[in-house]
Amino acid sequence: MIATSRSPLIFVVHLSVLLLVALWTLPTAGLLISSLRDKDQLAVSGWWTALSSSEQNLIYRAPSPETQVERDGRFVITGNVFEGGAGTVSAFGARIREPDAFEPGQTADLGDGEMLTLQEDGSFEIVSDARMEGSRGQRIFFTASAPPRFTLDNYREVLSAEGIGASFINSLTVAIPSTIIPILVAAFCAYALAWMPFPGRAILIAVVVGLLVVPLQMSLIPLLKLYNGVGAFFGVPAKTYVGIWLAHMGFGLPLAIYLLRNYMAGLPREIMESARVDGASDFDIFVKIILPLSFPALASFAIFQFLWTWNDLLVAMVFLGTGSNELVLTGRLVNLLGSRGGNWEILTASAFITIIVPLVVFFSLQRYLVRGLLAGSVKGG
Amino acid sequence: MQQLLFAIVTMVAGVLACAAYFFGTNWLLDRIFPSKGLSGAKASQNLRITNAIRPWLFMAPALLALAIYLIYPVFESVRLAFHDRGGRNFVGLSNFVWMVNDGEFRQSIFNNFLWLLVVPALATFFGLIIAALTDRIWWGNIAKTLIFMPMAISFVGAAVIWKFVYDYRAEGNEQIGLLNAIVVYFGGSPEAWVTLPFWNNFFLMVILVWIQTGFAMVILSAALRGIPEETIEAAVIDGANGFQIFFKIMVPQIWGTIAVVWTTITILVLKVFDIVLAMTNGQWQTQVLANLMFDWMFRGGGDFGRGAAIAVVIMILVVPIMIWNIRNATREMEGR
Repeated sequence: MIATSRSPLIFVVHLSVLLLVALWTLPTAGLLISSLRDKDQLAVSGWWTALSSSEQNLIYRAPSPETQVERDGRFVITGNVFEGGAGTVSAFGARIREPDAFEPGQTADLGDGEMLTLQEDGSFEIVSDARMEGSRGQRIFFTASAPPRFTLDNYREVLSAEGIGASFINSLTVAIPSTIIPILVAAFCAYALAWMPFPGRAILIAVVVGLLVVPLQMSLIPLLKLYNGVGAFFGVPAKTYVGIWLAHMGFGLPLAIYLLRNYMAGLPREIMESARVDGASDFDIFVKIILPLSFPALASFAIFQFLWTWNDLLVAMVFLGTGSNELVLTGRLVNLLGSRGGNWEILTASAFITIIVPLVVFFSLQRYLVRGLLAGSVKGG
Repeated sequence: MQQLLFAIVTMVAGVLACAAYFFGTNWLLDRIFPSKGLSGAKASQNLRITNAIRPWLFMAPALLALAIYLIYPVFESVRLAFHDRGGRNFVGLSNFVWMVNDGEFRQSIFNNFLWLLVVPALATFFGLIIAALTDRIWWGNIAKTLIFMPMAISFVGAAVIWKFVYDYRAEGNEQIGLLNAIVVYFGGSPEAWVTLPFWNNFFLMVILVWIQTGFAMVILSAALRGIPEETIEAAVIDGANGFQIFFKIMVPQIWGTIAVVWTTITILVLKVFDIVLAMTNGQWQTQVLANLMFDWMFRGGGDFGRGAAIAVVIMILVVPIMIWNIRNATREMEGR
């Protein structure tokens, strides 16, 4: 290591790591940037062009002839195609077949003696010698380059209209108790497996290790049947929050017990022995000594479990249902992918809301996450 | 908000009930078999009894939950796999016969094996390379954090992120998907990547590799740091270059960790569901076992027999890794 870091290859190392980092972050960056862009711009240009002006083909409907004013014996309608926004017109036309027939500043003949002039800044003038008829305004086709526009409108829309706000609450409702409740249950069990001698302990530990990898799919159908049966027997709904909390607890327990047992087994034996000599019972030792000392392992598991329950789709779909009121964020996002497949302003904003909480947890508690991963995976070493 | 309040109240109640159970049973045990204040044989007998009972009191809630949520379902799933759609009538092997003859199932098995071949290999490979490279540069930790980040993102969120990368607009239009924009920039013609049979599987696998590389990297990076310095120094003195040191000295010393990473990702791959559901829902020949199983659970009111049979297949694929894990763990405990 010492020798290689001095070699001229170090430049290549920097470059390749930079490339890999770009590969790993660009997709997420694209999502974040896109979610903040104006939806008309998002639909026609790539997010990497977000900071440059974008060319767009737009249609503007001029005010109806009722708004015309008489000036010097002629009838005039004026306005601005950008309606208060900013932009630059590069071409315009009066017919849908020729949207770029005229340069800005030129005058287009609309027929019936009406003439349209559109300036580069978007202001237009429709002039006619005779009073203009009809109830609808003239359509103006134009190509404009609009300056980059960033907005929070997409977020405002998905939070209220698309139900992401309600799903956010649902996700919290599922994730918080599902994270907290298993910890205590697992900690007691882990202590017994680590420090209390009893016949069959080794077998139980082996069972827990085995259960670590049992696929969730094995549990789905029997539990669905069980829940339906319990619901029918007691006359309560089969799909409740309590049900999903318990399910998440059951599925999270093997990892929790395994992580905590490994950690507790590594604590120094002397602490427990001296406490026992002082007359402390197993219960006292656990509550007053082991539990506080195990905080790092508890935190690691809590982070895992929170990320897993927040990001879970399968358990929520089976045990909480797919009705609009009970959808968690991941489920809502899958639904939006189906119904709003092309509306990227909605999808990107919704996706970002679903991933922001895990990302905050990740960046603030990364230390514990790494520690938990190492404890959970590196055996022997 | 009311719902969240309900969640918090239930949570507090749950934790309190838990604590009450542990305190209560423990207190009760000490009252029924007191060892303090008594003398001689009686006290030591009581102590023996409490010591035999207490571990089971500590473990009871966890064991109960494991039994209900994981152990019972395994047996019940196996039973259901031999029964009809409602789970009442025994049908022998007919669910498995159906499976072998079903084109969609064969497609899923084929795709699952593709995933098994590609994803663990690529994720471990990238993880190893990145771990080795980032150890040598001053901003390595920042790079690692950024590559680790997708671990926190849900599979569905990742699917949206990558669907946006793969977005397709008809030729001649401005491409807003990164991949097609790059293809067009280099003079190619845009493709609807996720609908391209066979190859679309690989575009879905990219997502899981993208998520799991960080996991492989973190663990392999720790393993690389655990390699004794002397072995590397000896190699340097013998005139080995960087590549030789990496592949002949460092990698062989962390084979055990590489195997753990590989199997962990393999297990995850067997259960891959969310990505396929969100990207294609199994269309365009991308079906996998977990998604097919979910499909049969609810298709036409739900066919529990076929669903359970597919779950059993997934379980059978996991069993070798399970046995390997258990043997490792037992050996490790005996070593302690």
